[in-house]
Amino acid sequence: MIAPVDTRIVGHSVERLEDRALLMGQARFVDDIAFPGMLHIAFVRSPHAHALINSIDKSAALDMPGVHAVLTMDDIAPLLADRLLKVALPSPAYRQELHRPVLADKEVVHVGEAIAAVIAESRYVAEDAAALVFVDFDTLPVANDCRDAMAPDAPRAHHGAPHNIAAEFDMGYGDCVSAFAGAAHVLKETYWQHRGVAQSMECRGVVANLDPMSDVLTLWSSTQTPHAGKRVLCGLLGRDEDKMRVITPDVGGGFGPKLVFYPEEAIVALAAQMLQAPVKWIEDRREHFVATTQERDQYWDMEIAVDAQGKILGLRGLLIHDHGAYTARGVNIAYGSAAAITLPYVVPNYFLDIKLVATNKVSVTPIRGAGQPQAVFVMERLLDRVARELKIDRAEVRRRNLVPGAAMPYKTPLKTRGGMQVVLDSGDYPATQKAALDAAGWEDFKIRQNDARAQGRYIGIGVANYVEGTGRGPFEPVSVRVAENGRIHVASGAAAMGQSTKTMLAQVVAEQLGCDMSNIVVVAGDTGAIELGMGGFNSRQAVMAGSSAHAAALKIRKKILLVASHMLNVGEQALEIEGRVVRLKGGGAQVELAEIAKAVAGLPGYYIPGNVEPGLQATEHVIINDMTYANGTCAVEVEVDVETGLVTVARVVFAHDCGKMLHPKIVEGQIIGGIAHGLGNALFEWMAYDENAQPVSNTLAEYLLITATEMPPPVEFVHLESPSPLNELGIKGVGESGVIPMTAAVASAIEDALAPFNVNITKVPLSPPDIIALIDAATRKGA
Amino acid sequence: MDSAVDTRTISLTVNGKAYSKAVSVRMTLADFLRHELRLTGTHVGCEHGVCGACTILFDGMSARSCLMLAVQANGHELTTVEGLANGDEMHPLQQALSEHHGLQCGFCTPGMLTTLVELLRDNPSPSADDVRIAISGNLCRCTGYEGIISATLDAAEKMRAGGVK
Ligand code: FES
Ligand code: FES
Repeated sequence: MIAPVDTRIVGHSVERLEDRALLMGQARFVDDIAFPGMLHIAFVRSPHAHALINSIDKSAALDMPGVHAVLTMDDIAPLLADRLLKVALPSPAYRQELHRPVLADKEVVHVGEAIAAVIAESRYVAEDAAALVFVDFDTLPVANDCRDAMAPDAPRAHHGAPHNIAAEFDMGYGDCVSAFAGAAHVLKETYWQHRGVAQSMECRGVVANLDPMSDVLTLWSSTQTPHAGKRVLCGLLGRDEDKMRVITPDVGGGFGPKLVFYPEEAIVALAAQMLQAPVKWIEDRREHFVATTQERDQYWDMEIAVDAQGKILGLRGLLIHDHGAYTARGVNIAYGSAAAITLPYVVPNYFLDIKLVATNKVSVTPIRGAGQPQAVFVMERLLDRVARELKIDRAEVRRRNLVPGAAMPYKTPLKTRGGMQVVLDSGDYPATQKAALDAAGWEDFKIRQNDARAQGRYIGIGVANYVEGTGRGPFEPVSVRVAENGRIHVASGAAAMGQSTKTMLAQVVAEQLGCDMSNIVVVAGDTGAIELGMGGFNSRQAVMAGSSAHAAALKIRKKILLVASHMLNVGEQALEIEGRVVRLKGGGAQVELAEIAKAVAGLPGYYIPGNVEPGLQATEHVIINDMTYANGTCAVEVEVDVETGLVTVARVVFAHDCGKMLHPKIVEGQIIGGIAHGLGNALFEWMAYDENAQPVSNTLAEYLLITATEMPPPVEFVHLESPSPLNELGIKGVGESGVIPMTAAVASAIEDALAPFNVNITKVPLSPPDIIALIDAATRKGA
Repeated sequence: MDSAVDTRTISLTVNGKAYSKAVSVRMTLADFLRHELRLTGTHVGCEHGVCGACTILFDGMSARSCLMLAVQANGHELTTVEGLANGDEMHPLQQALSEHHGLQCGFCTPGMLTTLVELLRDNPSPSADDVRIAISGNLCRCTGYEGIISATLDAAEKMRAGGVK
C-alpha cells in the first residue's frame, strides 16, 4: 500500500528537531520569558453570564502597594483605533455584529469576560488587587441553551438585540422534496454533541516589551497566528508595521483556540506601551475555562431518505449551532459541519438550514476537528439507524454509499466558504473501510460478541468513516537562506504548537540541501523573520508550508549547484550536495556551502560565480486554493458494564489515507493524540453550565481529560497512501484526523454492545449515568 | 517581588547545587523554581494539583510543586527536569521519549519525566499497566500517552541491561 521511499529524509521518522530542548527543560515557552522590571497583569473578570455594568471603582486596588495601574475601557479607549476587536471572517450570513470589546464597560455577556486589567509588581499582588476592584452590576436574564434562545421572546444574549440569531444560511443541492416523497424509507432523529474546552496543557500567555532603542514593540504570544495578530495590533495601536513584531515562542499545545486574537493580547501590548515597561500575563487554568474559546455544542434535527437497499436518496434538516457570546472567528465551524456531513458518501440531494445562535457562554471558535466531528457523528449515527431499520450490516450500508475509488477526483456539488468547488481529490474510501474492517475482524466479531454475552459481558464494535478537508489555502510562505557559515535558515509564519512543524520544514529542506538535519535552523512563527504568514490551523502546515519549503529549497539547490559548477569547473549534473558540501558525485573535488554562500554574497569589483543574482536566499508562497481531502475509517471495540455504566475502550483500529507521509511517526502521533481527544469527547469531557449559564466545571478535577489508564491498548494502524495531486509532495493534512470519527465510532460500538437492550444513542458525551439511563429507558420502553 | 507579605530566607539544594535565597512566604515552590532560580523546565499547567506538569522530586519523592510553598523546601533536596541528564548526555528515559515520539508540544514532559524516573528507580521492571498507573496523574493533551508508555518500557529495559540507576 505504501510506495517505497526513495528519499533520505522525507518520509522517514527522523529525530525531531524540537525534542532535545523540550526534554532537557531548556525550551522557551511564553512564561519562561523574563525581563528585569517586568510587570504582571491580572484581569478582573465578570462573575455573571449577563449583566449591565453601572460603575467600576478601582480606588482600593490603586491604593495597594505594588500596583502600577488599573486599566478599564475609559483608560484605554483614547489610545485605541477601535474599542472592538473586529476579526470576524467575512460572510453574508451574519444577522448582527457581535464583536468583542477590548474590555467590557457597559455590559458583560459571559462569565469570564475581561473588565479591567490590574498591573502590578508581581502576579501575586496583581491578583490581590484585582479582588479589590469593585464593579457594580445589574444582572440580566440569560440566553443559556441555544435552542431555547431561538424563540422570539427568549432573553437576549446581548441587551437590546433584536434576536439571538448571530448568523443563518443554508446549504444544499438537488431536490430533497421529491427525493423524500418517493423514498422507501425516511428516518428522523435529533442529535447533540456537547461543547468542550481545548485544554492545551499550556494555557495562553502574552509578554510585551517596548525596546526604547528601536521603538519596536515586541509581543511574545502563545498564538497559532502571529502574523494575523501583528496586523490586528498595528491597526488597534496605530503602529507602523516595522515597529511591531509578534513572536510565537514554544507553545504547549494549541488545538484551535490559540488561533484567535484575544483581548488580553491587545491589553498586554498596550500596557507595555503605556507604562514603558515589560509586561506579562499568563492565563491560569481557571481562566482557560472561561476566557479561552470553546466548541462543539450543536443540535441537529435530521431526516435521511433511503431506497429499499439502503442507498441514500436525500439528507435534510436543521443545524442549531451554539455561537457563544461573540463572533470571535466567524461562521466557519457551522459551515465546516454543513460541508463535511455528506463528504464520504454519495448523497444526491441535500438541504441543511443552519442557525448560529448567540448565547451567554464563552465564544465558540474551532477546536481540533472544527465542526467535522459533529457532522460525522450525525451522519454515522443516521447510517447506523438505516442499517438497523433495514436489517443490513452497518458496514454494508456504508459500503453501498461510499464515494467509489474509481470516481476520483470526485466533484461534489458543494462549495468551500471561499466559494470554491469541493473536489475530493484522491483516495479510495471503500478500500479504506475494508482495510479497517479486515484489521478489526469485523466479520468474526459476532461470534466473539455472542460468546461474551453468554458470559454476561457486553462487548460491541463500531465503525465510522470521515473525510477531512485539509490544507486550507491560499498559501503559507517559507524562506530558506544559506548563511555565510553554511547554516541553513528556514523561516515561516507556520507557527508551531506541538505538531512538529519545525521538523517537518527541516525535513523538506534538508532533503534537497544536503540531508543534514543538524545543519538546519527553523524559525516558525515570527513576524520579524518573514513578512507574510497565515499560521497554524486547519491541518494545513505540511500541505501549505511544506509545499513552499519544497519550492524554496529546490530553487536554492539549483543555484548552489550552478555556482558550485563554476567554482569547481565541472558540469552541474556531476555534482551533489552532501552534508555541508557540494562535491563530485562519488567523491573528489568539493566546495563547502559556506564558501558558496560567501561567493554569492559578492566582493566589490569581482564577478559572482555563474553571474547569478546575489545571495543564497529564496522565499516561496506556493498557492494552492483547493483543499486536499484526507480520509479514514475508524473501528472501535468497547465493553460496557451494564451494572455501573462504565465503558472500556478495548481496541481502536485506524485505517487512513493522508497521502504521502513526511514522517510516519509524527503522523501516528498526531492521530493518536486526536483519538485520545475524541475519546474524551465521547466519554468524559463535560463543560457544565448551570441554568444561569454559570460554568460549574472549572478545574481539571471537574472537567475530565482522558488519562493513561483509560486509553486503549496501542492503536492499530493501516496506512494507505494515495498521493494528493494538488501539491508536489503529494501530502494531505492529518492534524485533526484522529478526533473526527471518534464520537461516532464509540457511539456505534456502545449501541452495538447494548443491542440486547435496544438503546438508541443520539448524544455525546456518554457518562456512566448516561449509559445506565439509556438502558433504563430502553428497558422501560420494551417492558 | 511581592511587597505585600513577609519574606524568609531559605536554603535548599536543587539538582545538586546549593541555594540560599529570601522568598515571600506565599510564593509557591513552582514559582520559586521557575522565576527565582530561573529553572523554567518545571511547568505549571493548572496550579491546582491535577495536571502533574509541575512534578519535581522532593527528597527523591515525586511532588507537585504548584501545591507547595517555597518555604517548605527549606533544608530539602530537589531534582527538576534540568537535573536528569548527565551533562549533555540525556537520561535513558529522555532518549527513549524522543525515539518513541513520547512528546509533541513537550509541555507535560518535565512532569512525566520526574514521575517516571521515580517509577523506574522503585520498579526497574514495570509492566505497561504499572506505567499507566504511575502517570495517571499526569495529563497530556497531545500524545494519547502511547509513546510515553512504550518509551518507559524501552528505557527500563535499557537501564536494566546497562546497569544504569
Ligand atoms: S501545575 Fe501542579 S499539578 Fe498542575
Ligand atoms: S506533549 Fe503536549 S501535553 Fe504532553
